[in-house]
Amino acid sequence: MKRFAPYLLILPGGLWLAIFLVVPMVFMASVSTQEGDVVNGFVQTFNLSIYGDVLSQYGTQFLRSAGYGLVATVVSIVLAYPMAYWIAFRGGSRKSTYLLLVLLPFFVSFVLRTVSWKFLLADNGLLLSPLKSLGLVPADFHVLQTTVAVIGGLVYNYLPFMILPIYVALERVDPRVVEAAQDLYAARRQAFTKVVLPLSLPGVFAGVLMTFVPMTADYVNAEILGGPANTMIGNIIQSRFLVNNDYPSAAALSFALMAAMLIGIFAYARALGTENVLEAAAR
Amino acid sequence: MSTATTSAPVTAPSAGAPAPARPRRRLLDRLLKVYVWLILAWLFLPIVVMIIFGFNDTKSKSNVTWQGFTFKWWGMLDQDPKLIEAVVNSLEIAVLATVITTVIGTLMGLAMGRYRFRGLGAVNLVLFAAIASPELVMGSSLLSLFVSAGVQPGFVTVVIAHVLFSLSFVAITVRARVVGLDPSIEEAARDLGASTWVTFWRVTFPMILPGVISGALLAFALSIDDFVITQFTSGALQTFPLWIWGATRIGVPPQVNILGTLIFAVGVVIAVVNTVTARRRT
Repeated sequence: MKRFAPYLLILPGGLWLAIFLVVPMVFMASVSTQEGDVVNGFVQTFNLSIYGDVLSQYGTQFLRSAGYGLVATVVSIVLAYPMAYWIAFRGGSRKSTYLLLVLLPFFVSFVLRTVSWKFLLADNGLLLSPLKSLGLVPADFHVLQTTVAVIGGLVYNYLPFMILPIYVALERVDPRVVEAAQDLYAARRQAFTKVVLPLSLPGVFAGVLMTFVPMTADYVNAEILGGPANTMIGNIIQSRFLVNNDYPSAAALSFALMAAMLIGIFAYARALGTENVLEAAAR
Repeated sequence: MSTATTSAPVTAPSAGAPAPARPRRRLLDRLLKVYVWLILAWLFLPIVVMIIFGFNDTKSKSNVTWQGFTFKWWGMLDQDPKLIEAVVNSLEIAVLATVITTVIGTLMGLAMGRYRFRGLGAVNLVLFAAIASPELVMGSSLLSLFVSAGVQPGFVTVVIAHVLFSLSFVAITVRARVVGLDPSIEEAARDLGASTWVTFWRVTFPMILPGVISGALLAFALSIDDFVITQFTSGALQTFPLWIWGATRIGVPPQVNILGTLIFAVGVVIAVVNTVTARRRT
């Protein structure tokens, strides 16, 4: 009985993950190679050429998504690191309050916050119309429907997922290690680059994983803040699936996206150890 | 989520340490503090705008320019029955998904924290995949499954999806708590004649409860806010985020701002209470 205890405990959750996470991937692969339409039904024809077709048709959007994800991730690291550093080393007794403040925006729906940005950044909205009436920016200046708006929205929505893992890694740095470096005549800058920074890198890596993947697959920001020139791969998959009911090509795009990301993620996690990334992700 | 990080012991020296800090360093610290508050202001800016525009006396459908202060929308919250229905759907889905996730996720966390068993590596891998895969991929693969199996998407499929994406977070939060338990306390209970069942409910469960509660809060927050997977698995069902998405093209009415403000207020109260009690426990 005792031997089976862990399996009994794992069983309900394990089945849930197997049936609704692993099995659907197989079905998505199957749907991607079917032909037909939503009215007459789809038939399995093992049509693998669809992958070549959709990738050549939507290659631009694929590359654009990866580019936006990359830029937004780098901007997030640059914005998040100093903040996490200050909270971890100078936050004192108010650390938990600062962390709470970082998390509170999540209690407003992601879509609602993005819509709120759309109002703020509108051509005659709260931010631009005072600047325009003061003559600080030209009258035809606009932020919405630009790359800057989409990347800004991505950074805004995912920044806390970068701040938290970096904070967790910095928080674990023993201040005595830093003191030791200084006792051994390391300058402040050296103590940071040679001691603190390397110790915090696992947090940065976890943060990259937590932000790059969802940013690259995002379609909400491009839809609400972007224009026709900012279409990301997520927008294509979403509209193929839910608007056009073109299940095979949508499934093929989604499967290709997943394959690219899984290979990247597992190579990344293997280099760093899944356990560490998981721990950081849970916080 | 918050208790896991906030209950960490304070190890860094406090800001007011009497060390003879050089003026340049103190200046850098000050600048960093200003920077932190600027980022926080940026994070809260759209929320402040959302709250304020719930009081806007707008005449047209688009609630974009300020036209005077009014309380009238608070009295007209139930003006659009579809919107109310969407909010109720969101709450029902979140409650049901949270209950299921918390129960099966806690069992998983217990197994993973307590036992070494064959297959643990595979479980870890699947949990990791569930956190790491983009919602877009999870949503579209679930839709592929439902379409292939001839299942009509709706309330049940949304609950299934919400349990799926929050399960790993609950399991990992509980596992962290279980790993930190001192096994000698349970041994003591058993030595004093408590059965396995009694030991679990009277000793183990109260000790892992904080982990279970933060896992449940996280599951609820993830569910009520979710948009992407919900859009793929909902069919004709509307939830609060889906309703807002649909309304963005024609203009979001002030009632949405007020409902958003109310949900935010409830979330803030729960989070603050959770943090304060977590601090009192340690």
